[in-house]
Amino acid sequence: MSAAQWRRAMNGGLRQAEAARAPRRSAQPMAGAARVVTPADADPYAGSDAPRWLKFLWRTLSARHVFVLALVLVFPFVATPFMTFQVAAQSLVLGLIALSLTFLGGWGGMVSLAQMSVAGMAGYAVAVLGVSSTEISLGWPWWVAVPFAVLIASACATVIGWLSVRTEGIYTIMITLAFGVAFYYLVLQNYSVFNGFQGFQKVYPPEVLGLNWREPLPFYFLSLFWALVGYLAVKWLVRTPFGIALQGVRDNPRRMAALGFDVVAHRVAAYAFAGLLAAVGGVLLVWYNGLISPGSVNTGWQINILVIAVLGGMRHPIGAFLGAVVFVLLQTFAIDVIDRERFNLVIGVVFLAIVLFSPDGLLGLWAKLRSRFGPRQTVNSPPSRH
Amino acid sequence: MKLTKRIWVRSMIGAAAAVAVSGAAWAQGAPIKIGVLATLEGPFAAGGADGMRGAELAIRQRGGTVAGRKIEMVRASSNANPDVAVNAVRKLVEQDKVDIVVGPLSGGEGIAVKDYSKTQPNMTFINGGSGAQATTLVNPSPNFFRFNTEGAQWMVGLGKAAIDKGYKRVMVIAEDYAFPYSQVQGFMSEFCRLGGKVPVKAWVPLGGKDYSSVIARIPKDVDALLVVLGGADAVNFLNQYEAAGGDKPMMGGSITVSQDVLNYRGKRRDSLVGTMSAGPYADSFDGADWKAFVADYQKNYPVSAGGYPSPSLFALVYYTNMKAALDALDAVKGDLSGGQAKYRQALSSLQLRMPTGTVKLDANRQAIGTTFVTEVVKDGKGELTTRVLRKVDNVEQMLGMKKEEFQMGTRDVPACP
Repeated sequence: MSAAQWRRAMNGGLRQAEAARAPRRSAQPMAGAARVVTPADADPYAGSDAPRWLKFLWRTLSARHVFVLALVLVFPFVATPFMTFQVAAQSLVLGLIALSLTFLGGWGGMVSLAQMSVAGMAGYAVAVLGVSSTEISLGWPWWVAVPFAVLIASACATVIGWLSVRTEGIYTIMITLAFGVAFYYLVLQNYSVFNGFQGFQKVYPPEVLGLNWREPLPFYFLSLFWALVGYLAVKWLVRTPFGIALQGVRDNPRRMAALGFDVVAHRVAAYAFAGLLAAVGGVLLVWYNGLISPGSVNTGWQINILVIAVLGGMRHPIGAFLGAVVFVLLQTFAIDVIDRERFNLVIGVVFLAIVLFSPDGLLGLWAKLRSRFGPRQTVNSPPSRH
Repeated sequence: MKLTKRIWVRSMIGAAAAVAVSGAAWAQGAPIKIGVLATLEGPFAAGGADGMRGAELAIRQRGGTVAGRKIEMVRASSNANPDVAVNAVRKLVEQDKVDIVVGPLSGGEGIAVKDYSKTQPNMTFINGGSGAQATTLVNPSPNFFRFNTEGAQWMVGLGKAAIDKGYKRVMVIAEDYAFPYSQVQGFMSEFCRLGGKVPVKAWVPLGGKDYSSVIARIPKDVDALLVVLGGADAVNFLNQYEAAGGDKPMMGGSITVSQDVLNYRGKRRDSLVGTMSAGPYADSFDGADWKAFVADYQKNYPVSAGGYPSPSLFALVYYTNMKAALDALDAVKGDLSGGQAKYRQALSSLQLRMPTGTVKLDANRQAIGTTFVTEVVKDGKGELTTRVLRKVDNVEQMLGMKKEEFQMGTRDVPACP
């Protein structure tokens, strides 16, 4: 079967799956979604002999992608270093970690609370293997330490996935929460490897190409690059045969098993990929903070990642980054709105309001507004190709 | 912009109030912004709020102005995590454009903010409440100042008091992280020098509730126990020790003998009389400056408005550091020009008059201050309270050792089995 055929087949499958799911979501004003679905249009680039990745880009890119890309490229040159580093770069890094949860939850149907722990494992591995102000650190050069860190964290994520895929729903949340809490107490109480309560200080990105990568501008572009890589990787992966099969597993594991798909293997592979995203995010996060301590992987942060993912909306990979921007803005500026001890109330109220008025997060809110005021179209269709 | 407008409105109201209340002349020049970081969230939220009160009290005592310039306090919050603290300080410095930062509250945060201060060489950072030894001992930062003494200094004097009381062999039971390490070091360096022995040190996990295995390890031949546990954990230990039939006298760390312990109602209550501890302040100290400070705190923050009956440790240390910031500002007449070099010079040579005694800085910009050794006694009504046994002045961070022989406290340092 050629790639184009695959894509057509899976697009059809995607729409059928969504049509099948539509009645379940009838609480939302999109019951007519299945009706409005346009017939699968023919691939306009099928005849072209351009490389596949280029065709993929042509097909996926639209005006708003170009607009957003231009915006994020120009942003650091007009914003203050503070906005670039603390707000934008932090949002990109947290968004990348939340993206791993969006992928797992949105396309795999598995809500894992251990994503921050996986990121923390990568961060700790960078600190332990690489350079920090603590004697425990082995002082390996960054180009050895960082790949190893990502590898270790992804391997751990795979093991966590392998142990938790046999559970469903709330039990998955519980078991991944348990892994996260166990990791927190491990790093809190182990002094020989993880340096206990103090953690590691001065874990800075290396100076490469004569650039200090912890300066706001270089660090912003570093995070932007990896956030883009993660975003495109997820967009690409969910359209591959593996991604389609994963969505099948999400919607009806029993039928997929009957069709001959290995349900457990697909789920574990999803965990491994999500672990890879979270690990890259974790390395960036430890560089962003310049330190890592048990407080960076505690239950609060595990839940924050879930909050970010839910806040943005789990239906599209961009949701993770939208959620992260709102989260970071609130964390940073809520204290200016009410500069008392009660500023956490503002954060809570905004989260509550978003989740209350739009169970699908900010993306759902956007879709709602569009369906009300914009041209009539389905909220469920894959991103527009026109 | 809304923010600037709000700040403008607030500063106008503040200036008007200053004129109305104190009848002072119109403030000259732009206001000086001081950012204050404390833990308004997380495990130390109550302590952080009291720290804010302490810092604010120091500003109020000066009527909100120094050398004719208005002082504006910009609050920031963390949750005792170093990464959150650095984010909050970065916002104060780079977004709110404060001139001076006072904070943070806890040890790990202090080290992280000290590291950050090196990237802002033209700013001045003054500690809030954090007491990690490493902050000023390992890679000290030239623009990070600490006017409060730290964990090891707080225990100086207790070792001698223990020897005086006839304790020759003492077992240590403490939580397993940096602050208790330094507390134990402060006790042991003096105690061991005077011939005492510490045969067993039991390090218990932070937040652990079960002490039965530790109690089983208490040797028969020790004279007393040094218990360095925080807050309610000390009461947990007391309950379990009593249930196990223990009868050794106790000594406590600086945060061990709290109201929780003094309100203890178990059978061993009477045996708590005589429990010694040491710390940077004592409620029962009868110095005139201290009494005036307590009265001022109570007047500004009555219990009905959320204050404590008496200022907490965090209120005192934030007050100390903020007062240092303001006194030095006064000394340079509010002149922060030239990358604040003159101001930092003034801070370094400051002789700070504190409610508890005089504080000055050492070469690492760490406070040399006063420590109190206290003892639990029964008052007229049969309630347990503390009284000051001894006041030790000029306690240095090196605990009287030379730089070469001094090592920071860890699980195994110092040792005298």
